Amino acid sequence: MVVVGGSLAGVNAIEGLRERGYQGEITLVGAERHLPYDRPPLSKQELREGPSVGHLLLKPQSWYDERGVELRLGARAVGLDTRDRHVIVEGGDQVAYDGLVIATGCSPRRLGQPEAGPVHVVRTIEDATALHGELRPGRHLVVIGAGFIGLEVAATARELGLHVSIVETAPAPLTRVLGDEAGRWFQEYHVDRGVDLFCGTALDTIEVTATGTRLSLADGTVLVADLVVAGIGVTPATDWLEGSGVTLDNGVVCDRSLRTSAPGVVAAGDIVRWHNDLFDETMRVEQWLNAVEQGVHAGHTLLGAEEPFAPVPYFWSDQFDAQVRFVGRADAADAVEVQRLSDRSMVALFGRGGVVRGALCVNAPRQLARYRLAIQQRVAWGDAVGVG
Amino acid sequence: MTMKITIDLEACKGYACCMMEAPDLFDIDDATGKAILLVEHPTEDQREQAERGARSCPANVITLQQIG
Repeated sequence: MVVVGGSLAGVNAIEGLRERGYQGEITLVGAERHLPYDRPPLSKQELREGPSVGHLLLKPQSWYDERGVELRLGARAVGLDTRDRHVIVEGGDQVAYDGLVIATGCSPRRLGQPEAGPVHVVRTIEDATALHGELRPGRHLVVIGAGFIGLEVAATARELGLHVSIVETAPAPLTRVLGDEAGRWFQEYHVDRGVDLFCGTALDTIEVTATGTRLSLADGTVLVADLVVAGIGVTPATDWLEGSGVTLDNGVVCDRSLRTSAPGVVAAGDIVRWHNDLFDETMRVEQWLNAVEQGVHAGHTLLGAEEPFAPVPYFWSDQFDAQVRFVGRADAADAVEVQRLSDRSMVALFGRGGVVRGALCVNAPRQLARYRLAIQQRVAWGDAVGVG
Repeated sequence: MTMKITIDLEACKGYACCMMEAPDLFDIDDATGKAILLVEHPTEDQREQAERGARSCPANVITLQQIG
């Protein structure tokens, strides 16, 4: 078996294979030279303190040794031959497989303007190390994009004493994920902590000048930054699969059990587009727990299991002292109920078609379990709103 | 075969995954935002739940031990 992607999903695919009794060879092919490591802290505590790969390793070297995993790190996959069943890595080497797990995740989008000079992104430990070195008190950081990564980087930088501005085309942060009302809560939360938010306006031009990077916004605002971070989303890392016969459509298209269109090939993690029966929705989920559960599940499927993968998605974000936790789906909600519990805690429920589908809990972790159960059981919207 | 669960509360970040994956074994304290261990020695029937709870912890602070 071959796992491509030195990632959370890749490691858990190995776990899934071994726990179901597979005793044959496993090779892990990863583009980065490090053992697979954990990415969420890279925009939070590890960004604040300076990233250390030792803190972040998902598993120690001994874990791979004990499971008999051959590691091919620093080996980027560049092609896949699904007829002859081999992966092609940079340099031309071929890695043959009987069964393959695709877990290459996503790559950050970058600003289109080449004149922007060095614009930071946060995806790898090298990215976070470079940014950490620039986060010095008194400097002005401009973050493009008020998504989760952007807001986390903004909060971390603010805590380190930088001046922080965020530019966002939507009317408030996170509106594409959580809708307007919850988005406004995040807007207030960040503004109260000294972040300048420029929402509802786009970045027009960006250029490097003698005094810093000059950003002109569509509404006429001009910002001069000491450093710029782009948090404008990610795209599935599917380049190496073009022409391989694996069906692609904004990710790797999988069936309910995570099989791709190619025989003997499954996929797991951010890269997967599949139909989640519980929500009756085709989705691609860029979240930590999804990578864990999907990795294990894909490993089982590769060994012949047939169960559909239909979880309630879960993610978290930490911004200042807000512990943000979300279960389910908020997209295309036709009913939203925001309950402010205090100035630092809130719950927002999202419903569609008469049932509860999502719950956002800020500094209210105990609420998560009951709403997750309600979502799993497709509890009626009216009953769910009364649960809290 | 007895199992023992331990949580490093110092490093717990209150992600609440353990409580969602294994509600019989873990709870969470809304005031402190930290996990609460409900069952220190899970039964054999609870083994799978315990393993799921440990694996799902983003902070990797839950340990399962065999103690004889």
